[in-house]
Amino acid sequence: MIEITVNNETVNLDVEPDTPLLWAVREQLNLTGTKFGCGLAQCGACTMHLDGKPIRTCVTPVSVVAGRSVTTIEGVAHPDGELHAVQKAWIEQQVPQCGYCQSGQIMSAVALLANNPAPTDDDIDVAMSGNICRCGMYGRIRKAIKQAASMSSQRSSIQTDDAVQKEQVDRILNSETGPDIPVEVRNEPVSS
Amino acid sequence: MNKWSRRAFLTAGVLAGGGLIVGVAIRPGNRTPELAKLMEKSDEVLVNAWVKLSPDNRVTVIVPHVEMGQGAHTAMPMMLAEDMDVDWDTLSIEEAPAHEAYVTSDIARDFALPGKVPGIIDDTIKGAFIKISQFIDLQITGGSYSVRATGVRSMRVAGAAVRQLLIQTAAQTWNVPESQIRTDKSFLFHDRTGRSAPYVDFASQVVEQKASNTPELKPPSEFNIIGNNDIQRLDIPAKVDGSAQFGVDVIVPGMKYATIKAPAVFGSKIKKIDGSAALQKNGVHAVVNLGDAVAVISDGYWQAKKAIALVKIELEETGYEALNTAEMLDKFRADLDLAVLNGDEIEDYVSGDARNALSAASLTIDAEYSVPYLAHATMEPMNCTALIDGDTLRVWTGTQNPLGTRNALAKEFGFEPHKVSVHNQYLGGGFGRRATPDYPIQAVKIAQEMPGVPVKLIWSREEDTQHDHYRQAMVSRFKGGLDVNGAAIAWENQFHEKHEPVEAPDIPYAIPNKLIHYTDSPTHIPFGPWRSVDHSIHAFFTESFIDEMAVAAGDDPYEFRRRLLRDQPRIKKVLETAAKMADWGRDLPAGWGRGIALHSSFGTVVAQVAVVDVSGGDLKVDKVYCAADPGYAVSPDGFTAQMESGIIFGLTAALYGDITIENGAVKQSNFHDYPMVRMNTAPEIEVRIINSGEKLGGGGEPGTPPIAPAVANAVYAATNKRFRQLPIQL
Repeated sequence: MIEITVNNETVNLDVEPDTPLLWAVREQLNLTGTKFGCGLAQCGACTMHLDGKPIRTCVTPVSVVAGRSVTTIEGVAHPDGELHAVQKAWIEQQVPQCGYCQSGQIMSAVALLANNPAPTDDDIDVAMSGNICRCGMYGRIRKAIKQAASMSSQRSSIQTDDAVQKEQVDRILNSETGPDIPVEVRNEPVSS
Repeated sequence: MNKWSRRAFLTAGVLAGGGLIVGVAIRPGNRTPELAKLMEKSDEVLVNAWVKLSPDNRVTVIVPHVEMGQGAHTAMPMMLAEDMDVDWDTLSIEEAPAHEAYVTSDIARDFALPGKVPGIIDDTIKGAFIKISQFIDLQITGGSYSVRATGVRSMRVAGAAVRQLLIQTAAQTWNVPESQIRTDKSFLFHDRTGRSAPYVDFASQVVEQKASNTPELKPPSEFNIIGNNDIQRLDIPAKVDGSAQFGVDVIVPGMKYATIKAPAVFGSKIKKIDGSAALQKNGVHAVVNLGDAVAVISDGYWQAKKAIALVKIELEETGYEALNTAEMLDKFRADLDLAVLNGDEIEDYVSGDARNALSAASLTIDAEYSVPYLAHATMEPMNCTALIDGDTLRVWTGTQNPLGTRNALAKEFGFEPHKVSVHNQYLGGGFGRRATPDYPIQAVKIAQEMPGVPVKLIWSREEDTQHDHYRQAMVSRFKGGLDVNGAAIAWENQFHEKHEPVEAPDIPYAIPNKLIHYTDSPTHIPFGPWRSVDHSIHAFFTESFIDEMAVAAGDDPYEFRRRLLRDQPRIKKVLETAAKMADWGRDLPAGWGRGIALHSSFGTVVAQVAVVDVSGGDLKVDKVYCAADPGYAVSPDGFTAQMESGIIFGLTAALYGDITIENGAVKQSNFHDYPMVRMNTAPEIEVRIINSGEKLGGGGEPGTPPIAPAVANAVYAATNKRFRQLPIQL
């Protein structure tokens, strides 16, 4: 049993320690808002926050998050149900098409704004280029982030470092279940 | 039943609690052989849509198309609500069930008419539902079809018919002329007497009414909902809070998880497997040999993925094990040569005498173009949950082809069709990939191993990339002829592997001598429709080569095209609009270039100008201007979003898309080696819609074809280097 906090609730996960957080949350907790896209930290669909920092959960084993706090898309809105400024802006700009990548996009955008209340276009490029939208709604995502930045009044100060994620990508690429061809991982900081 | 014409009839029934349900069936001429057998008369086909009015006066629109981001679940009800004068804020939708509800008339009735059905309409309802299910089976969501066909023929007519019936009923009840009754936001009004009533007050009487022959549709000048940019997509709220349910999100109690591994070389058969090591792993229930793939069933996806790597697989040879992309392209070229040599090319579009005109031309140019195979790479990998319970089969998945999937499953596994139900979910991208039912068939094969237990099959990204149904690779050859004045007089084009739509290789330009022909050159790579199908390929070829002809003529690529569109005012206007938006002709910095391209598909005319910057040695697409004429944009913002989406989709193909074949198999496996346009490489896009009033065109696909040639032409403008092969690699 591995104990973690998910969306402010303490839960016990009965999974093998190397199970990626993504699958533990989806299959054990039935929180399916976070998506599986690539299994290789290449697309960002699986993005959650670990202690406030965005991570790619398809390559993050539950063992490394034991005792820590995880936020999923289901936990982004205010407890009273009011949507987060990013979610509101997403509706306002009519961002999603198929919608599959959007949980990850929103988690990356929420983390960006928590850290950087007035991101420039370059900041947005850096923070969001790890998230693929196959429907190509990048222009709308950019506009929505800027709109959310102007709407958002409360921000927390969040430290970021992507060491955890990088370590896990390296680990999975070197494991038996990784792809059997050499892989170059995009060097994308998940947050500036 | 109220017969209102030989071409259409209306069915109406009372819902439990006093609501109303109305369906409209129409039979416009459609002579495709597949549909012909469903028609009562040789020139008839049935389209259908339904609207329900509940006792609290709320309207539910039943949409016979799936939602994959293209907005059909919003545009369809908009069209119905417009002509029915529905209060948009009280409207909701249901996707037409592709499962048993539409398969047997009895369950269909239960779906549409909970409770008792009035005997008088019983037979009609039964008959109508059977026909609907047959039609949808063949009419999948694709071909940018939803708005331009279902919306026009079905949704608007259904809405107008309901409104008309309600007015007739109210007029009789209130004893006033129909012409004095007006409707607004789901209410009827008779202003002179100050009377008003919600629609539902007359629901039970509507079934007794006879509708007139054709309901009157609103003219565009009276539109409140169609064309209204304030109307937001109905599916978006659930897509920002994680509650939207996609196929992969389905939870069925007691469910197990499976993943799959197919042999790398297409067509390989498995001789034998050794799953003993996999079976020893925790949580693994079964290792299944499907003949053409291996699956592992376990308690979770991760366990299945780890275990499947341990399965030893022995394969039979296919004969393709030594085949590489280079040899395949050589075979395409050889087959093109052979067809000319044997004179057995298949003529596609012919006018005048292109070969004679080419010999007589004062200047001829020729060029060979090619494109590689492409995967769809939907963000949601293929997945399907299946449960076999005795003689019934239930599957949960996202498919563009719900009833086709049901039928394929019934046939493949010997179920009675009405014992198979497909519970369709939101699609995490379709683009044509989810029109092929290979993954539901696999899921059911795997579930056969554990009858009574639901099994969710999830493909890895690697499996998804390497076992797609691909956009075909193609070689296309051109010859162009110019006269002494630089006017285009001849166009010859030869290609191979023609799919659909048939008009994709044709050009709109007034070139008097035209010969477009093709031949077959089969491969072992599975083909699948890829957003705009043949259009995205041929637009790159034809719009690049017309650019080459302009250059050869010493002309400006925009003016050269424009002159050749003298007989095509609608298309010319779109081209002119794009050029104007982009400030065509104005100077750009050194190392920058502007390229234009034009292509019509699925009834919509699109012209794009790409502005590129190659000054740093890399190709950067800075901005794309897009002018589009869909006839009339039902949802302007939705249509704009489709153009933006189509452009980025086509740009990924133009800049990166390259599925290569190595030793008979796909080399690429995930997004690191099959890259996509991302935030930092996405250009700014500006879209202008031209509502010409022509017949409605589609939105989902027409944005894709022009972008690759627009970029290639822009790169030429910047570098004087012509790229005749995708992806463009400087």
